[in-house]
Amino acid sequence: MIDLDKEKAARPSLKERFHTWMEGEQDMYLGELEMKPPKNAPGQTDETVQETAQKAAENASREKLRQQIPEGILNTVESTDRLVPTGRRLLKVAFDKAYPVLATVMCIAIVALLLVTVSWMPPFGSADNPASNEVAQRYIEQGLEETGAVNIVSGMILDYRAFDTLGESNVLFIATIVVMILMRIDSKEEKEKLSAEEAAYTHKKTLEPEHDTILRTVAFLLVPMLLIFGIYIILCGHLGPGGGFSGGAVIGASLILYANAYGFQRMEKLFTAKTYKVVSFCALGFYALAKSYSFFTGANELESIISTGTPGRILSAGLILPLNICVGLVVACTMYSFYVLFRKGGY
Amino acid sequence: MTLNQFLQNLPFFSIMIALISGVVCSVLPGKAAKRVNAGAIITVMILSAITLGYTLQTGTYFVYTMGHFPAPWGNEIRAGVLEALTALMFCLVMLLSLMGGYHKLDEEVEQTKVNYYYVLVNLLLTSLLALIYTNDLFTAYVFVEINTIAACGLIMIRQIGRTIEAAVRYMIMNLLGSGLLLLGICMMYGITGHLLMSNIQESVAALAASGEYHVPLLVSIALMCVGLAIKSALFPFHTWLPDAYGYSTISSAAILSSLVSKGYIFLLIKIIYRVVGFEVFQETHIVNVLFVFGLAGMIFGSLSAIRENDVRRMIAFSSIAQIGYIYMGIGLGTEVGMIAAVFHIFSHSVSKALVFISTIGLTDMSGYSRKFIRLTGAAYRNVIAGIGFTIASLSMVGVPLFAGFVSKLLFAQACVSNEGKLLPTMIVLAVSTILNAIYYLKTVIRIYVPSGVKDESRTVWGANRLYTAAIVGFVILNFTLGIFSQPFVDLITEGLHMFA
Repeated sequence: MIDLDKEKAARPSLKERFHTWMEGEQDMYLGELEMKPPKNAPGQTDETVQETAQKAAENASREKLRQQIPEGILNTVESTDRLVPTGRRLLKVAFDKAYPVLATVMCIAIVALLLVTVSWMPPFGSADNPASNEVAQRYIEQGLEETGAVNIVSGMILDYRAFDTLGESNVLFIATIVVMILMRIDSKEEKEKLSAEEAAYTHKKTLEPEHDTILRTVAFLLVPMLLIFGIYIILCGHLGPGGGFSGGAVIGASLILYANAYGFQRMEKLFTAKTYKVVSFCALGFYALAKSYSFFTGANELESIISTGTPGRILSAGLILPLNICVGLVVACTMYSFYVLFRKGGY
Repeated sequence: MTLNQFLQNLPFFSIMIALISGVVCSVLPGKAAKRVNAGAIITVMILSAITLGYTLQTGTYFVYTMGHFPAPWGNEIRAGVLEALTALMFCLVMLLSLMGGYHKLDEEVEQTKVNYYYVLVNLLLTSLLALIYTNDLFTAYVFVEINTIAACGLIMIRQIGRTIEAAVRYMIMNLLGSGLLLLGICMMYGITGHLLMSNIQESVAALAASGEYHVPLLVSIALMCVGLAIKSALFPFHTWLPDAYGYSTISSAAILSSLVSKGYIFLLIKIIYRVVGFEVFQETHIVNVLFVFGLAGMIFGSLSAIRENDVRRMIAFSSIAQIGYIYMGIGLGTEVGMIAAVFHIFSHSVSKALVFISTIGLTDMSGYSRKFIRLTGAAYRNVIAGIGFTIASLSMVGVPLFAGFVSKLLFAQACVSNEGKLLPTMIVLAVSTILNAIYYLKTVIRIYVPSGVKDESRTVWGANRLYTAAIVGFVILNFTLGIFSQPFVDLITEGLHMFA
């Protein structure tokens, strides 16, 4: 049987524990938190030898204890370190069991709270809602005249509230940058390792079919149409439903489809890391500078050279068309970059 | 255009300069990006200083229309003394944090990806400036998104396992926070019909008076507060913090702890004053919840720090305690409490960034080990880092002459203004100060204990001028806040008056 008194005696007194904490050699929670036993350093003093002997005895007694625990429990706590004493271990098992239950209860409580709140909200789409106020009224009644955009939504996001959209396109840009930091492989060794893996996969032909006739035929038919459709959505964003975000997504999807069907080597003729750099730089730079000009003239009540043109024409609505193109380019590049970076860590 | 009219453009210019230089950095090589970044921060700093002078001179805030359409239809930004002062302080701390960490960036970040670091920093600055200046709740949300993603990038640009894990944790917790914030904003829009802060405030005052939409109003305020509390690591939501601050590259840790979480708190203060209205907010009793969790954070953050054996993580845990102080100040629900909270935002960002920057000098001279025992005598091996760490520690503990003392004094004075909360605040403040002293002074003693090893390698004086300059800069800032605190308090008071 386990000698509990002995185990107790092996634990350091409060004073010793304070000293070790002050020294920082080990904290006073040793044996009470999950941690690995320290390795024996070569130049030990007598004291530390004694200490390690003590610890070894402690470990042995715990090992004994472990052997007496039934198989089932041992398996559940296999991941925790053996230095954790029994009390703590049982606590952890209890915690692991209670956690999902409590989390579910919390979630249900929050869902209930939100549902109750929604029932107190103004009814959806009602004419006397607080949201149906002078702001929406002006967008609808004077939007066409003031922005020149037939599509009121485009007028709102790219003219009335263009600053928000500028921020939004920068969200996409910074997301791509962060994915690049995470996924892009720059060192040569890593690249070689990856291409070796790639070769193994193509040999097996399990993950990605090479020269798949069905995929290629469909892509051959679909990609040009998708590209034209995407460009249409972007260019007519101020005239009808559409705009940079949706059109860019369509173009990005078509690029991904093409890369899947015909392989990355052919795609590299069109789209490389440099393409991304140049396109996103030009698009975002133009967006920021053009809008800065517009903000500056607007705020200082200066004359602006940008006119709204004749509503309904393709070349109208001032900056909305060029900004839609910029947003579309950024979105398309972001989508394709995400795919390429996650797929093979580079262009 | 007169000069005065032109000066009103400066907040807009500073946002745009930071944004455009971020885009430019993405195509430049690392070294050039570093220069562009430093140039942008310095420019924005100067512009913010001029804005501060201008608002002080005119004695009132000004509103700047972003575009051709006036406020409820278009976007607008608003600048007063507090906004300009915060922008100035944030730029200063950011510049010094970067200066102190340039040498580590070269070691810890892949050479081909260094320029992305500056893209992240520039966009982070953009989002902080936008959060500071914006007068529109939705614009704030958009820039909160940029802020979150940029901070995530700053954590994991040093590609080791722990930072990736930290970044995943950070992302999960912070996206939850963003989601709750967005939900709160949507509800607010649903019941008031506005996104512009001043318009919402009018509507909220009317709603509070009539009692209409009482439940959605309360839930909306609660959601916004909880969302921002998660993002700024208030006590029970702090689990993402220790690894994120403890393992990222040192500039990131300094910037994250001193600026990113403070940006969210600034937004919260803005929401309290300008969206909900101070009186309405006080009546909701959410203020008491913030107060309780602030107090809990002050104690539990310090307790976790005492148990920690890894210096960087210890400092990270101390941040949780300090965030608790700020929420406690907000939770007092009085103006003096708010002044103390805002002052602590500044004093903590100045001290905590200095702690991080000087720690890296100490651990680097201790075999790159962060274990406490290895720091023995580190202050002799790197004298300037040792001095920096000591000063920052004294400031964090709250010794007179240093910035931390003034904020603690202000907190203690402020709690008198709220009788119900006087006793708990005083007790927790005292206990927390002692706990702070326990782990900070323990570390200071440790680094000044001679290690006994002869002929240790030491840093050569002037070997890393930028690092030394950063520490000296922070020390000067610390003393400025600590000794000439009254002008700052006056500025904050005036700023808060303009704010409301």
